[in-house]
Amino acid sequence: MLKYLLRRLLLAILTIFGVTVVIFIAMRVLPGDPLAMIYGEGQGIYVLTDAEVAAVKATLGLDKPLYQQYLGWMRDVFSGEMGYSFWSDVPIRDTILRRGPITAQIALIAILLAWLIGVPIGVISAIRRESWLDYGLRLVVTMFMAIPSFWLGLTMILFTVLVFNWRPSITIVQLWEDPARNLSMVMGPSVAVGVGLAAIIARMTRTTVLEVLREDYVRTAKAKGLHQQMIIIRHVLRNAMLPVLTVSGLSLAGLLGGAVAVERAFGFPGLGSALAQGAVERDWMMVQNLTLLFAVTFVFINLVIDLLYAWVDPRIRYE
Amino acid sequence: MSISGAATLKQKAVAVRLESAEGLLAKVRRFTKTSPIGALAAVVLLLLLLVAIFADQVAPYFPLEADFRALRQPPTTAHWLGTDNLGRDVLSRLIYGARLSLFVAGVSTIISKVIGIAWGVLTGYIGGTFDLISQRIVDVLLAFPGIILSMLLLAALGGGLGTVILAITILGVAGTVRVIRAVVLTVKEMAYVEAARSIGVPGFRIMLRHIAPQCIAPALVIFSASLGSAIFAEAALSFLGLGIPQPTPSWGNMLGGILADQFRPKWWLVVFPGVTISLTVLAFNLIGDALRDYLDPKLRGRLE
Repeated sequence: MLKYLLRRLLLAILTIFGVTVVIFIAMRVLPGDPLAMIYGEGQGIYVLTDAEVAAVKATLGLDKPLYQQYLGWMRDVFSGEMGYSFWSDVPIRDTILRRGPITAQIALIAILLAWLIGVPIGVISAIRRESWLDYGLRLVVTMFMAIPSFWLGLTMILFTVLVFNWRPSITIVQLWEDPARNLSMVMGPSVAVGVGLAAIIARMTRTTVLEVLREDYVRTAKAKGLHQQMIIIRHVLRNAMLPVLTVSGLSLAGLLGGAVAVERAFGFPGLGSALAQGAVERDWMMVQNLTLLFAVTFVFINLVIDLLYAWVDPRIRYE
Repeated sequence: MSISGAATLKQKAVAVRLESAEGLLAKVRRFTKTSPIGALAAVVLLLLLLVAIFADQVAPYFPLEADFRALRQPPTTAHWLGTDNLGRDVLSRLIYGARLSLFVAGVSTIISKVIGIAWGVLTGYIGGTFDLISQRIVDVLLAFPGIILSMLLLAALGGGLGTVILAITILGVAGTVRVIRAVVLTVKEMAYVEAARSIGVPGFRIMLRHIAPQCIAPALVIFSASLGSAIFAEAALSFLGLGIPQPTPSWGNMLGGILADQFRPKWWLVVFPGVTISLTVLAFNLIGDALRDYLDPKLRGRLE
C-alpha cells in the first residue's frame, strides 16, 4: 500500500508540475500579449508611452528572463501570495478566500444531489432492464445528458424571475453569516450542475450494476434463496459502487468546468465567475492562479479517490 | 478466348461493385433495424446539415440585419421565433448559427480524432520511454477540468473562429489517446500481429495495416459523442464571451447576449437557442449509442 501511495503521489506531483508549465506557456509565451488590454493596441482604456509600458512591465517582473518569471510565480504560489488582479488591485488570495467557499459549496451539493438522484435511477433501470420503466428512465437520462448545465441555469433564472419575480443574491453571503440566504443563492447553481452529473452517474450505475448482476456470486446468492433486496444491497451495490465512485471523480472535471458557465448564467459571484471574467478581460494573474487552483483541486480529489479505491479493493494495488 | 476472358473479368468487377453497393444498403437497413432511434437521429442531423449549408436560401432574414422598429419582439408571423435586443430575427440567427456551430464542432473533432488516433496507435505500439512521456503529457492535459484548458488558451490568444477551433481540438485529443492506446495494447498481443512481425513486416506497416483498422470501431463511437461535446464546448465558450465574437451568430453567443439583459430576460431568447443545442447534442449522443450497438456490443463497457 505504501509503495502504491508513494507512486500515485509522485505521479500527481509530476502532473501538477506539467500543469504549471502549460499554464505558464499559455499565458507568457504564446503570442497574445497580457498587457495588450492595458496599454491598448490603440483601443485600450489608457494609451501609454513606450517608457510607461517598460515601467509597468518592470513592476510586474515581465522584463526578466522566462525561467525567472516562472520561478517567481512558483514562489508566489508557495508563499500563498498570488499577486494582484490587474483591474481591481485586489490580492488574488483574498478573491480565493472569499469566493472559494461558495464555489466549493456548489460542487459538494451538486455531487450529493447527483448521487441521491443518479444511483437509485441507475439501479432501478438495471434491475428492470428492457422494461418500459427502464426505457422511460433511459430516455430522461439521455435527454438530460444533452442539456448544457449553463442553459439549465438560464432557464431556472428565467422561470423564477418571470413567475415569482425573484432572483438569487448576487453579493456574497457566506454560510456562517446567514445560512438561509446563503443556501437560497447556492441552491440554483448546485441543481443546474447536479442534474447533468446525475444523468452521467445514472448511466454509469446502470452499466456497472448490469455487469455485476451477471457475476457468479450473484447467481450463487440467488440460488441459496436470498431475498432480491438483500442481494442488491449486500452483493450488487457494494461491488458496483466503486467504479461509480471513480467516474464521479472524473466527471468532477466536467462539473468544475461546467460550474464556470453556470456561475456566469446565475450571475453568481464564485470562483468560476472570477475565472471567466478574468479570461475575458485577460487578467492573466487571475487566470493563471485560478486555473492552477481548479486543476490542483481536480488532481487532488482524484488522487484521494484512487487511494480510497486501493484501500478498499486490494487488487488495485498490485497492478 | 482472350476477349471472353476480359468480359468475364469485367462482369465480375460489375458484380463485385453491385454487391458492395447492396452491402451498403444492407448496412443501412441493419443499422435502422438495430436502432430505429439512432436512424431517426441521423435523419434529423442530415436535415440540420442541409439547413446549415443552404442557410442563404432557407433563412427568412439576413442574420445581421437589425430592425430598430422590432426590438425584443415575441414570436410573431413575421418573426417566427421573435427578435433579439437589436431587432435581429432569432430564427435566421439560429440557422446561420447552425452553420458556424456545426463547422467548428466538425473541424475540431476531425482534427482532434486524427491526432488522437495517430498518437494513440504510436504510443501503444512503440511503448517504452515514448509511451511513458506520452502518458504523462496526457495526464497533464486531462488535469484541466472541462473547458478550462480552452478558456486558458482563448484568454491568451483571444477569441475568433481559428482560436476557438484550436481550443476545442485540444480538449478532445487526450481522451482519444487514452481510449485508442487501450485498444492497441490488446490488439498488439494478438496472434496475427505476432505473425506479421515474425515474417518481418516493418513496424510502420503493422501499425497502419494491422492495428489502425482495429481502432476504427471505437473511434467512430467516440467520434459521434465528441461532436456533441464540441457543440457543448463552443456553446459554453461563446456564452462566456471567449469564443465566437459578436455579431457573427453562433448558438453559444446568442445565449451570451442575455447576460447583459438579465434583469428582464425574454423567454424566446433563452428557450430557442438552448433547445436547438440540446436537440443537436441529443442526436449526436443517440447516434453514438446506436453505432456502438451496431458495431460491437462488447464495446459497451470499455467506452463508458
